[in-house]
Amino acid sequence: MRTTENVICITCPKGCTLEVLKDGESILEIRQGCKKGHSYVQQELTDPRRMVASTVKIRGALHPLLPVYTLAPFPKGKILELMKALRAMQVDSPVKTGQVVLPNALDTGIDIIASRDM
Amino acid sequence: MKIKQKYDVVVIGSGPGGLAAAIAAKKTGCDDVLVIERDIELGGILLQCIHNGFGLEILKQDLPGPSYAQRFVSEALGLGVETLLDAMVLDVSPQRRIFATSRKGGLYDIEARSIVLAMGCRERTRSQIRLPGPRPAGVFTAGTAQRWVNVEGYMPGRRFVVLGSGDIGMIMARRLTLEGAKVERVVEIMPYLNGLMRNYVQCLLDYDIPLQLRHTVNRIIGNHRVEAVEIVAVNDRWEPISGTEEIVPCDTLLLSVGLIPENELSRKAGVLLDPLTGGPFVDDHFQTNVPGIFAAGNVVHVYDLVDWVTEAGYIAGRSAAAFAIELRRWENRHMPLVAGENVRYVVPHELDRESLTMGAVRIQLRVKQPIESPVVVELRNGEDVLVKKGEPYARPGEMITLTIPSKVYDLVQKASVLSVHVVQR
Repeated sequence: MRTTENVICITCPKGCTLEVLKDGESILEIRQGCKKGHSYVQQELTDPRRMVASTVKIRGALHPLLPVYTLAPFPKGKILELMKALRAMQVDSPVKTGQVVLPNALDTGIDIIASRDM
Repeated sequence: MKIKQKYDVVVIGSGPGGLAAAIAAKKTGCDDVLVIERDIELGGILLQCIHNGFGLEILKQDLPGPSYAQRFVSEALGLGVETLLDAMVLDVSPQRRIFATSRKGGLYDIEARSIVLAMGCRERTRSQIRLPGPRPAGVFTAGTAQRWVNVEGYMPGRRFVVLGSGDIGMIMARRLTLEGAKVERVVEIMPYLNGLMRNYVQCLLDYDIPLQLRHTVNRIIGNHRVEAVEIVAVNDRWEPISGTEEIVPCDTLLLSVGLIPENELSRKAGVLLDPLTGGPFVDDHFQTNVPGIFAAGNVVHVYDLVDWVTEAGYIAGRSAAAFAIELRRWENRHMPLVAGENVRYVVPHELDRESLTMGAVRIQLRVKQPIESPVVVELRNGEDVLVKKGEPYARPGEMITLTIPSKVYDLVQKASVLSVHVVQR
């Protein structure tokens, strides 16, 4: 059965609405948007992912929390589990920007890295 | 670090606008650039904006706020920008004199050849949207909650209602949800979303947080702590429609109802403000109506993207540096003409070195003591005599004129001070 679905692209601040023509689960055509938007839609309809930013506890630093983020978009369905893992963690100062604080988080192959020096 | 008495460029605020201005000022060739920051570290509000989405335009990278800030902090420090942290600027004069205070250093009195105002903006509060009802604990601006959750490690509540669909409000709705709180809904008085569409998708839709357009918080319920809020639909004139009231239990109300450029200091410096933007009137160099005072970033008008704040900071910093360099050149061109042996005073008091390119310069003086025999009038640089002239005698009542000819231009360039003497031949 042919259906049309609207997907709002979150790749950049423009926030374009893309029209997706589908036959069952397979994508026939994507209208509107740019190249990045089209690959976002492909990804979003098969394996939705999000960048995740949070904090982990840090000892001996200026603040009690170190901001961290996923180096690549993370599987959406596993975000809450990731939050649990991050809450259980603690690191020691000093930490450098980009330093891996949790490698291969939840076996996704995605590293969690520090957002700043601290 | 020892704070100097005078700087080429002083930047007030170390957010993205201030850091970009300081970096640009250094790169334009200013030696002495100082950033004054009231927090204990550089970076501004970006440090609490731990979500990503920064830098897509100018860095072509999707960075979290702290990473975006880190780049500019590192660059500024690497270039030798000086910093005064944990210090509050109390006053700025139109003559570019700055008074600041800090717990460690006491009072600072700093002169600046040019100033870049980069104080950013403040959040609108409950009183600015005239929200009635009692005043229990649990009503916070979204940015305050953001600071607590992301930097200081406190949760401001467990069950939230967010008023206003600005980006910070939506981003905090997601953040609080991820930290285990329940966000009941986001309420927006306008018929449309106030923030970016992408934030509606990734912050609200992803976590099933309802958005109610054309609704507002009518009153706050609770005496010691927020217990609930009353939400009501509004008509086209934003008036509550009676009969649509709904009590929503919650312990915290977050306000994300707009930002206002922070211009308390600008006003003190005599900077004129545009009532529409809330920020200074500026030209394309981001110079305000006060010569030598520039402004950059959200202090001018509230931007959507930090990238544009950085760009504005670069322009303001370059312009402020150019102003300071021009002023320094002008200061350097002028050298004092001082009274030497048996001279009471000389006019003019200062000499513009470049004047000699236009022709000779005539100076006039009076002696202290009469000399009733032939004298020599000498213009000296230290011991070197640059110009001399004979007179039959010297009397205090009779002014002496000496002409500095163009041909001594090169000798004058070498001097930092010139003195005039009248001695017996």
